[in-house]
Amino acid sequence: MAIDAATVRKVARLARIAEPEEKLEPLARELSGIMNWIEQLSEVDTDGVEPMTTSVAMSLPMRDDVVTEGGDPEKVLRNAPKTAKGFFIVPKVVE
Amino acid sequence: MSELTGLTLKAALDGLADKSFSAEEITKAHLGAIEAASALNAFVVNTPDKAVEMARASDARRAKGEAGPLDGAPLGIKDLFCTEGVESTAGSMILRGFKPVYESTVTSNLWRDGAVMLGKLNMDEFAMGSSNETSAWGPVVNPWRARGGNADLTPGGSSGGSAAAVAAELCLGATATDTGGSIRQPAAFTGTVGIKPTYGRCSRWGIVAFASSLDQAGPMARTVEDSAILLRSMSGHDPKDSTSIDAEVPDFASFCGKSVKGLRVGIPKEYRVDGMPPEIDALWEQGIAWLKEAGCEIVEVSLPHTKYALPAYYIVAPAEASSNLARYDGMRYGLRVDGANLTETYEKTRAEGFGAEVKRRILIGTYVLSAGYYDAYYLKALKVRRRIADDFDQAWRKVDALLTPTAPSAAFALGEKSDDPVAMYLNDIFTVTVNLAGLPGMSVPAGLDAQGLPLGLQLIGRNLDEGTLFSLGSAIEKAADFRAKPQKWW
Repeated sequence: MAIDAATVRKVARLARIAEPEEKLEPLARELSGIMNWIEQLSEVDTDGVEPMTTSVAMSLPMRDDVVTEGGDPEKVLRNAPKTAKGFFIVPKVVE
Repeated sequence: MSELTGLTLKAALDGLADKSFSAEEITKAHLGAIEAASALNAFVVNTPDKAVEMARASDARRAKGEAGPLDGAPLGIKDLFCTEGVESTAGSMILRGFKPVYESTVTSNLWRDGAVMLGKLNMDEFAMGSSNETSAWGPVVNPWRARGGNADLTPGGSSGGSAAAVAAELCLGATATDTGGSIRQPAAFTGTVGIKPTYGRCSRWGIVAFASSLDQAGPMARTVEDSAILLRSMSGHDPKDSTSIDAEVPDFASFCGKSVKGLRVGIPKEYRVDGMPPEIDALWEQGIAWLKEAGCEIVEVSLPHTKYALPAYYIVAPAEASSNLARYDGMRYGLRVDGANLTETYEKTRAEGFGAEVKRRILIGTYVLSAGYYDAYYLKALKVRRRIADDFDQAWRKVDALLTPTAPSAAFALGEKSDDPVAMYLNDIFTVTVNLAGLPGMSVPAGLDAQGLPLGLQLIGRNLDEGTLFSLGSAIEKAADFRAKPQKWW
C-alpha cells in the first residue's frame, strides 16, 4: 500500500506534528517502505481469531472509590512551561 | 578502586555485609569510574552528591543492623524511569529539564532495599531504537571494540546506556526496559546478562510509556545471579499499575545453579533465518550441546508465525505509542514552542520536541488507527499477535523453555544502519515474539565472534517461570565460562 504526500499531510495533521512541505515526499517514501514490509501480515489466516489486546489474563481490578492523593497544585504545576496564580497558562482556545 | 568496580553485585553485597569496605567507598569508586568514562556517553545525568548521601545513609543503616537486601549497592537507572527531583527525559528533547515530583515504583523498590543511585542512563528516544542513535543526547558508545579496530560500535538499544555502563564497570547493575528487545539485544551486544520478566512482574508506574501492552522493566548485570538479585527487588504487585500481576515474587537467586537435568528445552526451527552469520548458528549449536551435557532433553519445536511477529509489532507498538505520546502537548510539562494559535502550538512543539524516529512511529501509529485502516492493520495485527501467543502455548505442551540466539548479529558500527528503518527493526527479530506473548526472556553472554565481539543466547520461559530461566541461564553461564571483558580505551 503506497502512502502519498497528501496522506502524510493528513496523518501529520491528525498527529499534531508540523511537517514542512518538502519533507512530505521523502516521508511518504519512507512510510510506504515500512507499510509494504508490514503488508506480509495479509498472508496469515486470522479467520475467527480473537484479537489479543493484552497478555495478562485477568479482569481489571477495582479499588475503593476514595480520594488517595491530591491537593498539591504546586507539585502539579512545577514542570509547566507557563503558570500563573496556581493555573496552567495555555493559548486561547475559544475566540 | 578498580577492584571495587570489578566486583559482581553478589560479591559486593557480601563485602559490604562483612565490612570489607563501606557503601561510601564502593560508591565513590564507581563515581570515579563514571567520571573517567564520559567518552562512552552512557550517563546523561550524574547524581554524585545524591549517591554519596544515599551511601552514607546505607552505612548508617548497616551499622544499626538494618541493612536491606541491596544495601549500599551502586546502580545506574535508565532515563525512562521517573526519579523524584532528578531530570528524567526518556532521551527526548521534549522532556528536557523535566524533574518528576514522584518516584517510579521500580526505583522506589530498589531504594527501599537499600540501593544507591549513581545517575541516569542514556537510551534511544522514548525507547524507540536498537542502536541508541535516536537519543537526543547523542549515541552511547559500546565499550567493546572489534579486535584490532577502533571504530565506535553501538551498544544496542534502547537500553544502550544501561548495557554499556554495566559492561564498562561503571555500576554493579542497572535498570532497563524492554518493549521489543531493548534489554536483551543490548545485553548480547555488550557481553552482559539481561532479563525481561513476564509482563506484569514489574510495575510500569512511573516509567515513561512507549507501548503499554508490551513495555516491561528488568535488570541488566554482569552475572545471571546478579540479575536474579536485582529482579527480586524490582518485582512485585503494585495497585498503581492495573496490569501488575498479584503473584508471589520468588527468591530468583535460589534458582541459579540448580540442576537442569531432565528439563526439556525446545529449539524453534523458524529461528534459523536466512543470512544469519554462521558464527551465530555455531554458537546456538554450542548452547544446545552445553544444555545436553547438563542433562537437558533437547526437542525441536515449531513456532510457525515467528516471521510475522516483527511486522505485527510495527503496527501494535506505534499504535500504542501514537496514543501514549499524545500527552506531549506543551501545556502541562515539557517543551512548548508557541504558535499563532493552539493547534499551531501543538504542532510546532511536537515537531521540535520529537526526533525523526519517534515522529516516524507516531505517524505510522496514527495512520494504522485512522478511519478506514483500523480493521485492515490494527485489528489484523492483534489477531496475528494471538496466533504468535498460541504458537508458544503449543510449544509449552512439549517443552519447559526455549533456546535461541538473542540477536542476528554482533554489535555493528554506529551509523551503519541508521538510514534504513526496516534493517534496523530486523535487529529485534528473535526478541520481539516474547513481548507480544508477554513471556519472560533472558540473554546470557555465551561467546565471542571472530572479531572478538560478544554474542548472546536467549532463553524463553513460560508465564511467571523466570526461575527456570535463571537455572538454565546459570547452566549456560557456567559452561560458557564467559570471562572476556572489553579492553579499556576510554
